[in-house]
Amino acid sequence: MMGNGKKKKIGIFVCHCGVNIASVVDVERVAKELDGYTDVELSTDYVYMCSEPGQKMILEQIQERGLDGVIIAACSPTLHEKTFQNVAELAGLNPYMVEIANIREQNSWVHTDKEKATDKAVKIVKSMVEKLRGNEHLEPIKVGITRRAMVVGGGVAGLQAALDIADHGYEVVLVEKEPSIGGHMVQLSETFPTLDCSQCIMTPKMVEVSRHPNIKVLTYHEVESISGFVGNFKVRIKKKPKFVDEDLCKLCGDCADVCPQVVPDEFNMGLSFRKAIYLPFPQAIPGAYTLDIDSCLGLLPVRCGKCKDVCDARAIDYDMKEEIIEEEVGAVVLATGYDLYSMQALGEFGGERYEDVINGLEFERILSASGPTGGEVRRPSDGKIPKNIVFIQCCGSRDPELHNSYCSKICCMYTAKHAMLYKHRVHDGNATVFYIDVRAGGKAFDEFYQRTVDEDDVLYMRGKVSKVYKEGDILKVRGVDTLTGKLVEMEADMVVLAMSMVHADGSGELMKKLKVGTDKDGWLAEAHPKLRPVESLNAGFFLAGCAHGPKDIPDTVAQASAAAAKVGDLFARHELLHEPTIVPVIEELCSGCGICISMCPYGARSLDLTKHVVKVNEVLCEGCGACAAACPCGAAQQKNQTDEQIFSMVKAILKG
Amino acid sequence: MKISIKIGADEKKFIDRVSELSGKNVYSCYQCGRCSAGCPFAFDMDILPNQIIRLVQMGLAEEALSCEAINVCASCFTCQSRCPKGIDIASVAEALRQLRDPQEKDFFGPDDVPRELADELPQQALVALFRKLSK
Repeated sequence: MMGNGKKKKIGIFVCHCGVNIASVVDVERVAKELDGYTDVELSTDYVYMCSEPGQKMILEQIQERGLDGVIIAACSPTLHEKTFQNVAELAGLNPYMVEIANIREQNSWVHTDKEKATDKAVKIVKSMVEKLRGNEHLEPIKVGITRRAMVVGGGVAGLQAALDIADHGYEVVLVEKEPSIGGHMVQLSETFPTLDCSQCIMTPKMVEVSRHPNIKVLTYHEVESISGFVGNFKVRIKKKPKFVDEDLCKLCGDCADVCPQVVPDEFNMGLSFRKAIYLPFPQAIPGAYTLDIDSCLGLLPVRCGKCKDVCDARAIDYDMKEEIIEEEVGAVVLATGYDLYSMQALGEFGGERYEDVINGLEFERILSASGPTGGEVRRPSDGKIPKNIVFIQCCGSRDPELHNSYCSKICCMYTAKHAMLYKHRVHDGNATVFYIDVRAGGKAFDEFYQRTVDEDDVLYMRGKVSKVYKEGDILKVRGVDTLTGKLVEMEADMVVLAMSMVHADGSGELMKKLKVGTDKDGWLAEAHPKLRPVESLNAGFFLAGCAHGPKDIPDTVAQASAAAAKVGDLFARHELLHEPTIVPVIEELCSGCGICISMCPYGARSLDLTKHVVKVNEVLCEGCGACAAACPCGAAQQKNQTDEQIFSMVKAILKG
Repeated sequence: MKISIKIGADEKKFIDRVSELSGKNVYSCYQCGRCSAGCPFAFDMDILPNQIIRLVQMGLAEEALSCEAINVCASCFTCQSRCPKGIDIASVAEALRQLRDPQEKDFFGPDDVPRELADELPQQALVALFRKLSK
């Protein structure tokens, strides 16, 4: 028997949503047809239920008529379930006695036939009456909070988020997979549109992070796995061996001097070389050398041992092993950043064939005072100063057919900056930019672009390049200028490709491990594109910087601070409330087959070995219902969504 | 050099017909010019491939149908293999050849195509040939 056989007093409130619902569904008829339906005490309609008078009407009716359940026939529960639950609570009704009948997204927005849509609306509302008759009063599950955050990624986004959270007074664990924090920003030369030196503004932030008493910096570490739930995560982190004791290393560099192994230097984008034991860059934090075991001659069974021999500080320890450490945190900020799309994917531009066809980050290193050429513009092949330089924009971006459909957002601005800085250093040089559109939306961005054209005589050519090829020793660029409608062929000493930005999580392994949602391009998905832009759909995860999509530095820093504020908001709460609509086990019915355990995406279910029945971790259960659907014994029954309730809903719908 | 633009019923019909015949939505072209930049015959065209698409987008049927470029197009498909928006530019040229008035006499017939070549050539290249040079 539904509703324990006791008669309920249910109130039905049908919303017009202006014309959103009322233009397709005859809301008055819906209210009328429900009047007198089993247990229905009141059925009425109103133009905007979510408005102040609408809410007041519901509140008054609950109190006056002593309703013990209400149904709001309106928009999706995602939008206003909370609103109406609050109204119920104010009126003294248990909020879990509120049900939403979705007659907008699942009805008026997708139908045109008023007659049929109204019939369907009636059925939807009736089915919710049946559900509500079986509902019980529930209380949210209360959970404690670990007031400690983990930030993944030590670029500008991660550093800003870590600093802000730490300044709120909470502890932060900052995990960075490279030997030093700093990310891509510390590789950049000067930043648009103000041309401040990137290292000069970034390194103080790095120092601040390393000295902050609330921040624990874990470089050369990678997140292995995460378990738990918002407020209470357990993280396993892999510590990769550096073979150098950070505290003992005195940065004398004797080890690198004697190291016989020479490999391309990642920090300089392969434009210079480093040793197998190395300091990524002079301002690296932590300030200690790292022995890159993949480049080293090897430690076992024989080792060259030269670095250890010369280390006066006795900092080198060949016996360091990979370790797994565990951290407990309440929130996670994901700031895993970006990479550049491979030049190999655009073979027609010769990026992997010709040394003097380089990507934007390589050019940043060439422009940087700390770069391989000391900031002089010299081309990689022979060190000559390029007199003709060509920049090609949208390399792999805005190309839904063959590459990435999105705009990488920052390339228009950094290409303008590249061309400008080139002209500042090579006064008699010619810079040409091939572009499709110049997107310079941002504070002082368009003025910067105009300055490139007006004052630095950079020639903007509106059209794409079809290929870059070599004739003898000379690079030739073939393209088009769509403004004159003429084909263009020009010689270039060097070509810079504004490669598309891609997320830094390669095959998406990390996000899979963390079970965090991504969009079709692999960028982290936000909970709501307008209203919750720094939260993941997975509770307790927050997004910062380019891991969420292409962004410039100001936007990245703003988002990082916003994510930190959200973490602070979470930690400031006394306790967390977990939805009580979970799926417990009726022990008498459970056969202990364990099918539900394998279905559960949240690891909430396990076998109680003494009783041989399944037990449920209530706070891990997200109430998805996968177990309830799979349980062959009917032992897994979701709160306020039992099999009995679902059957009665189906019956109500089929009966018409 | 001035043109007047009017997108009326006739123009719409022309644009839709070209989209239908070429199998792709010509509106989606954002004029990056990649088709023109890579076209091996563009040097000999009166207007560039991206301009052909532009004329169609603007509903300028007369200009689009009378350009020499659609005759020069060899249906080599280089353009459409590179188009970031997936427009079959060669097929648009083919659609335009189909829509314009036929030639006055046959300059070329099926018998003129060597058998062994006929098997290897893309079908559209053969069709294009007849459309350019036959009644």
